[in-house]
Amino acid sequence: MSDISNERPSFLTRFRESDLWWNFKGSPGAIIAAILTFLMIFGAAFANFVAPHNPFDLATVDLFDALLPPAWEEEGKASFLLGTDDQGRDVFSTILYGSRISLIVGFASVGFAAILGIAVGLISGYAGGVIDSILMRIADVQLSFPAILIALLIDGVARGIMPRETHDELAVYVLVVAIGLSFWVQYARTVRSSVMVERNKEYVQAGQVIGLPDWIILVRHILPNVMGPVLVIATIQLALAVITEATLSFLGVGVPPTSPSLGTLIRIGNDYLFSGEWWITIFPGAALVILVLSVNILGDWLRDALNPKLR
Amino acid sequence: MFKFVSMRLLQSIVVMLVVGLIAFGLFRFVGDPINNMVGQDTTLAEREALTESLGLNDPFLVQYGRFVSNAVQGDFGMSYRLRQPVSGLIAERFPATLELSLISAFLALALGVPMGIYTALKPKSIITRGFMTLSLMGVSLPTFLIGILLILFFGVTLRWLPTFGRGEVIDLGWWSTGFLTASGLKSLILPAITLAIFQMTLIVRLVRAEMLEVLRTDYIKFAHARGLSPRLINFSIALRNTLVPVITIIGLQVGSIIAFAIITESVFQWPGMGLLFIQAVSEVDIPVMAAYLLLIAFVFVVINLVVDILYFVVDPRLRVQS
Amino acid sequence: MSKTLLDIKDLVVEFPSRHGDVIAAKDVCLSVASGEILGVVGESGAGKSTIGNAVMGLLERPGRVGGGEVFLDGEKISGKSQVEMRKIRGKRIGMIFQDPLTSLNPLETIAKQLIGTIQTHLGFNDAEARERAISLLDQVGIPNPSERVDHYPHQFSGGMRQRVVIALALCAEPEVILADEPTTALDVSIQAQILDLLRKLVREKGVGMIIITHDMGVIAEVADRVAVMYRGVVVETGPTAKILGNPDHPYSRSLISAVPRPDVRLHRFPMVESIEAAGERKELDLSTHWLGKVRDFGQNEGSLLKVDNLEMVFKTGGMFGSGSSVVRAVDDVSFDIRHGECFGIVGESGSGKSTIARLVTSIYKSAGGSINFAGTDLTKIKKRKELNVHRRQMQMIFQDPFSSVNARMRVRDIIAEPIRFHKLASSEAETRQIVDDLLDHVGLGAKAAVKYPHEFSGGQRQRISIARALATRPRFLICDEPTSALDVSIQAQILNLLKDLQDELGLTMMFISHDLPVIRQMCDRVGVMSKGKMVEIAETEELFVAPKHDYSKHLISLMPSYTGLMNKESNHAEAGQAEAS
Repeated sequence: MSDISNERPSFLTRFRESDLWWNFKGSPGAIIAAILTFLMIFGAAFANFVAPHNPFDLATVDLFDALLPPAWEEEGKASFLLGTDDQGRDVFSTILYGSRISLIVGFASVGFAAILGIAVGLISGYAGGVIDSILMRIADVQLSFPAILIALLIDGVARGIMPRETHDELAVYVLVVAIGLSFWVQYARTVRSSVMVERNKEYVQAGQVIGLPDWIILVRHILPNVMGPVLVIATIQLALAVITEATLSFLGVGVPPTSPSLGTLIRIGNDYLFSGEWWITIFPGAALVILVLSVNILGDWLRDALNPKLR
Repeated sequence: MFKFVSMRLLQSIVVMLVVGLIAFGLFRFVGDPINNMVGQDTTLAEREALTESLGLNDPFLVQYGRFVSNAVQGDFGMSYRLRQPVSGLIAERFPATLELSLISAFLALALGVPMGIYTALKPKSIITRGFMTLSLMGVSLPTFLIGILLILFFGVTLRWLPTFGRGEVIDLGWWSTGFLTASGLKSLILPAITLAIFQMTLIVRLVRAEMLEVLRTDYIKFAHARGLSPRLINFSIALRNTLVPVITIIGLQVGSIIAFAIITESVFQWPGMGLLFIQAVSEVDIPVMAAYLLLIAFVFVVINLVVDILYFVVDPRLRVQS
Repeated sequence: MSKTLLDIKDLVVEFPSRHGDVIAAKDVCLSVASGEILGVVGESGAGKSTIGNAVMGLLERPGRVGGGEVFLDGEKISGKSQVEMRKIRGKRIGMIFQDPLTSLNPLETIAKQLIGTIQTHLGFNDAEARERAISLLDQVGIPNPSERVDHYPHQFSGGMRQRVVIALALCAEPEVILADEPTTALDVSIQAQILDLLRKLVREKGVGMIIITHDMGVIAEVADRVAVMYRGVVVETGPTAKILGNPDHPYSRSLISAVPRPDVRLHRFPMVESIEAAGERKELDLSTHWLGKVRDFGQNEGSLLKVDNLEMVFKTGGMFGSGSSVVRAVDDVSFDIRHGECFGIVGESGSGKSTIARLVTSIYKSAGGSINFAGTDLTKIKKRKELNVHRRQMQMIFQDPFSSVNARMRVRDIIAEPIRFHKLASSEAETRQIVDDLLDHVGLGAKAAVKYPHEFSGGQRQRISIARALATRPRFLICDEPTSALDVSIQAQILNLLKDLQDELGLTMMFISHDLPVIRQMCDRVGVMSKGKMVEIAETEELFVAPKHDYSKHLISLMPSYTGLMNKESNHAEAGQAEAS
């Protein structure tokens, strides 16, 4: 019998026939959110090509252009669409470069938290007993502290250990670790409870009867079955991670002003709020809200779509 | 019940000891305590003497024990930055944070819980859609941005409300309150709203999810099949069953209000513990960080204990064993 | 002739979906008179439950009534508003749900729930309502009702809770009661009591009752008339004796013939193949095929499995040691299974029968005793590699077809996994060929290999599970309730398949079930389990005719009697094949 003839349709075809895609086509909110998210990610990734100016190239930045309002205001210049900041940097360009940092920190910390959390959840759920008790007590204690507080503490510790310059250089990594370490608990708990459900299912026992070693059962059988909720958490946490990064940077303990993220930009602009230069704060703020809102809408949609009984 | 509560109490103490260990670890190993106490020109011998007199050469457990016993008596050492006892600094700022947090928690609960119930009971109504859109906006707006927008609108553009500080405060013994003066109350409005919005939107979503879950259960279906009025079903049966998980959520939320107060205090220059903490983090003022950590942990432990006891009041399955 | 109370005429129920409207019930006509019990029987997906919900006006979104009329005592109630329906629900039509554990509000006392319902419909004051609540509990057979009324649901056992649910349905003396699978969630002994209670209430109070069920035993036990449903259509209605003994419709005939008979052992279940298109079973030439290879494991006399003094304990309760207790799940159990026989283990839920299966397959570690398989004590083997040599020779088929195959893997990979892991084939091409052949052999067809499990029904998934079990070329097959999650007609097909495979491959089997008729059809010898102990081991026929232990007698007495079930005069097809073994 030839296998090619009865091979299943490609992944893309199956995806297009799936309920998920059908559901997606029927949710205008999700479609708009997906487009916005894509545009933000694209703009951030290709900031070098998309941005009209390079705000970090001192040769092109002119202090005479400082504090220009957006292009449609009377004193605005057409070349600076959303105005300029106190150093004459184009706000639109700094937003593109800033969202790059925000997104890098967001994705990296969510990835870090997910890997750590999934690993802990798998081990805890499958092993049970003392290992489970210890890991989950740690998770409980950590969960009772808000993520932002833990991130602040970790950041504080990093400042204590490293000299200032090193810390500024490594700020992005410190943030990723700080946010990642404060976010892993949710994955661990979700994965653990899913694993505890899956572990008792008969396909796992079927694997044991065959004689498969535990790690094969864990990775090949259980892991794929617990990824659904992980995906939902990851989406919603991406939004949270971006917010947390922005908050830390706004509080002045995140990335330094030399390579600002959206939060740093808002912090810089905040000083000019009272003197009427609102655009320096408001536009990065709007960019941040649009990004987070889109990702949140996608996360909500994904959660409902994967869990039909909630509708 | 006594057994259960004493069990919980024991667990709480263990949690406090662990957090204490972390705080002590911070204190002892991050940033050299000696360096922060002495000047540049101190001799090695003087440093040795200081190390010895502070007991920093003692075994780890002895030092930890001393740290814990000091902490229990409210002694957290001196702030590196302000050269004052940490306990005094915190006591001075504690009322500001507590007043802000209480008002915000009240706002968030008083608005969030009814909205969550409404949106669960009337999933198709236009008001529900409005609430849900608002709550999605709410969770997507970082707290500091809400603060900035409120400042811009009410403070800068309209000039209605003060945008920083606590206004005038009146001292009642060691407690300084802003509740008794007009400027104190006006100063409270913007920070309280800022802090409440994010928590409120979270509460709306969580209450709604729990309530929807309860509305799908068999006993609700059976209640409908017995012809009970929707009023009775929704408010007596469904709401009480929703309460059990919601209590946990609210406990966690009230706790996180205190943490989010850090951000709000920073935006509005509110002279509370959060502002003190954030300054400590950027200046690596370890004793203040450690003390704040312990205090927050204590607050959480107390809240969790209250939540556990509330369970007993609400859920007969815990009260009466079959 | 008593008067007709509930009359359902041409009822249509639709569920709009992505792929167009799904008709859950089509032109359904049912009626029930006072003092009468109408049984509505059908397999899953027949649309039984939607009828009850449609009558009550409680269809779940997006379901809707697409046509037809419902009359209650001559008054038309279909099309009434929700407000008007509330005066009918509970007051004139009572409803009983399937799961007593989830039907009661956990936070209120029984008294409060009863009084709330009584006051809603009858306008009693508190004292009167409480008095009525206590008398209702008394009527449904709850001992010491004046004290029990103030207890919470979690303080009652499952059977007692179902009695409370019945009391709640009776609060306002309804004329009609709809009972949706009222005994499905209960153990056999409790089931019989609840059915007795329902029958007594119907006779005494003259209410009309519709019992919706998949269980032919329940029908035989209590129904006066039966309506058989198949894919949303009532195919046949008639007196119970007629439907069970001599049905007219082909579906009813095959459904009845698929019910395992408690009274006599048949070689095969007749006439069941027409129900679910099960694909052609292709016979393999086992003398040349991979599956037939190395079937001779040497010694074929005596016992293949010998279990002695097996022990297993579970610890339950607090992690700090307080309040923890030890449950003896398997308590000093000894038995042996001879080459080529099918050994049955029967018992109620929690008797420890599944635990034995998991001990024998080394999923659980035993606390004591020995498990001798083909002369080797498996409890003494420490190394996984060594254990796997024996594991390959024994395989297991599980209860739940929806969780026993990994939903994220293709059928091919599911079945090939043991072949690849134990390196039983020389190449990937051979592996694929073997998988295709196995699928053909269990009646699924080789095309199934590239699909995912969710594309199959429960019965088909159970065939996947069987193919996977065969893929290690085992000689010992453990079946743990392999059909208890399946509809009765599918059960008959799967049992037929297992019998065929046993014959062809000379398998030795351990067959675990709570269902005595199934045991009678499948097994040569039976062990009866109760509370972790094996109380009796006997030849099957001997056990059914003359049980020795008290517990065995009790179990046998609870079997549905099915008087007049498809008797030989009325069923020619069966007559020839029936044989008492």
